Amino acid sequence: MTPLVSIQQVSHGFGAGPVLQDVTLDLAPGSYTVLLGPSGSGKTTLLSVLGGFLTPERGRVLIGGQDCTALAPARRPTATVFQDYALFPHMSVGANVGFGLRMRGVGRAERDRAARAMLETVGLGEAFARKPHQLSGGQRQRVALARALLVEPAVLLLDEPLGALDLKLRRQMQDELKAIQRRVGTAFIHVTHDQEEAMALADHIVVMNRGRIEDEGTPERVYQRPRTRFTATFMGESSILPGRTAQGAITTAAGSFPAPPEATAVAVRPEHVALGGDIPATVIDVVFQGSYKRVTARVGDSDVLARVGAETPVAAGEAVRLAIDARHVIVLRD
Amino acid sequence: MRAAAYLYALAIYGFIFLPVAVLVLFSFQGTLFPIPPFNGPSLRWYAAVLSDARLTAGLVNSILVALLSSALATGLGFLAAWGFARFHLPGSALLRGIITLPLTVSYLIIGMGLLIFFNWIGFPKSLAAAGIGHVVINLPLCFAILYSQMGENQANIERAARDLGASEAKLLLLVTAPMMWPALFAAFFLSMTFSWDEFVISFLLTRFDTTLPVEIWNMLRAGLNPKTNAVGALVFGVSVVLAIVFELIAFRKRPQ
Repeated sequence: MTPLVSIQQVSHGFGAGPVLQDVTLDLAPGSYTVLLGPSGSGKTTLLSVLGGFLTPERGRVLIGGQDCTALAPARRPTATVFQDYALFPHMSVGANVGFGLRMRGVGRAERDRAARAMLETVGLGEAFARKPHQLSGGQRQRVALARALLVEPAVLLLDEPLGALDLKLRRQMQDELKAIQRRVGTAFIHVTHDQEEAMALADHIVVMNRGRIEDEGTPERVYQRPRTRFTATFMGESSILPGRTAQGAITTAAGSFPAPPEATAVAVRPEHVALGGDIPATVIDVVFQGSYKRVTARVGDSDVLARVGAETPVAAGEAVRLAIDARHVIVLRD
Repeated sequence: MRAAAYLYALAIYGFIFLPVAVLVLFSFQGTLFPIPPFNGPSLRWYAAVLSDARLTAGLVNSILVALLSSALATGLGFLAAWGFARFHLPGSALLRGIITLPLTVSYLIIGMGLLIFFNWIGFPKSLAAAGIGHVVINLPLCFAILYSQMGENQANIERAARDLGASEAKLLLLVTAPMMWPALFAAFFLSMTFSWDEFVISFLLTRFDTTLPVEIWNMLRAGLNPKTNAVGALVFGVSVVLAIVFELIAFRKRPQ
């Protein structure tokens, strides 16, 4: 399938250091892509490049086969949902949602009808005549979404859209975002630093760090087989065990695992570490998390995290033996 | 101790407002001289003011100059503030300083400068010349008020409008100006207040048609009578109303 969005060797720098370095990315029509990374990783800059608020110093951006690199935001088939929603405070919700159609010369009756229908789609049918300041954060979020969707963009760009909401509302809006995306079929590109949010929403995760793409793929693939050390630690928790390779295996403090010669370390997820194996370790810390206990144990010179049942009798200072599920060990090459 | 504090406060407010209070009181004087004893109240001097063709013409001229010069100063100040707030301009801080500089120059100097300049280019002394003078003194003020109210949050709202297809003209007309209306009105009414009782520039730059403060000055040269008190009280009343409107808009609690 031809990609809907094609970012080709995009680089951009703001004086001090590069913000985007040689970013190349293809995105499929109708997909839900999440750009995931810590602050300063360049994910928001990449979104600005896609939205047309920033022209990159090098590289090209194609949307639907058209070169949009230097095209103004209004002239490209994208619409942006801003982090602070950026609703027009002096207009009613209906006028906010209909603004894009008004700019396209659509008559009042027609755009009001379309705005009402779109507000229904996002579950805010009753808010048409209200003012933005009368709405809650979650409702404003939906108005911003409806306003951007009404201009029928080929790609909808969302800049940390759930960042300002509390945890419970965030989980609820995640489900709704996904449902709305399926209903309208528009490709969504969503920026966040929250890896749980990324896994809950994305068909395609793009992990960014220091202006580069560290890894990209389905959430399952990126979580289970992260390509880099950064991805292994940023997408969920991992313990890193350095080792040395010889004869098709890497030897670490916690045993040997099959690995290619260029391997430098292995990463282990806490859920793949259990008590009752043959790796001697000392428990440093135990944190009760409700449904499980998070155990930090020292193996050689490295700390290994384990997730054990909440009932397990284990305390700091104890000597224990750990088991690592070799099938799920992640081999790192960087 | 407390009584002393009240007494002190009373003395201060008395010092500030007693002259105005006396002026207003004797504008209601019933006889020919604005001196004690007070034998009013009478509205005869107000009637005299309103039937004086020169004073009413000055009143209309003052209103006209205040409205037009304030509208122009607010409009220009708004565009300048928007430009400085939204775009990266070379030497931005320096240029902003130069725009607000006239705030520190005395009206006499500005008036003289304009007089010499207008003379040089052959622009006649007139209400229009005085109006331009008022734009010169009020533009920096409007700019400062409006620039201080342009925040990053509004910049994002403008980005959203552009993203949805708004041209720059539509953006200013439909989004930025309505979003900033409290600041725009505040700037407008403050300009009105200053233009309304401005004397020096109007005096220097007008000839036959002139503004109310200049007419009052002409009257004062003939000596004091309760009519000057009445017209002074009228000017003061209008200033108070403008100032109250300005404060209501500027210090009103806004939602969000």
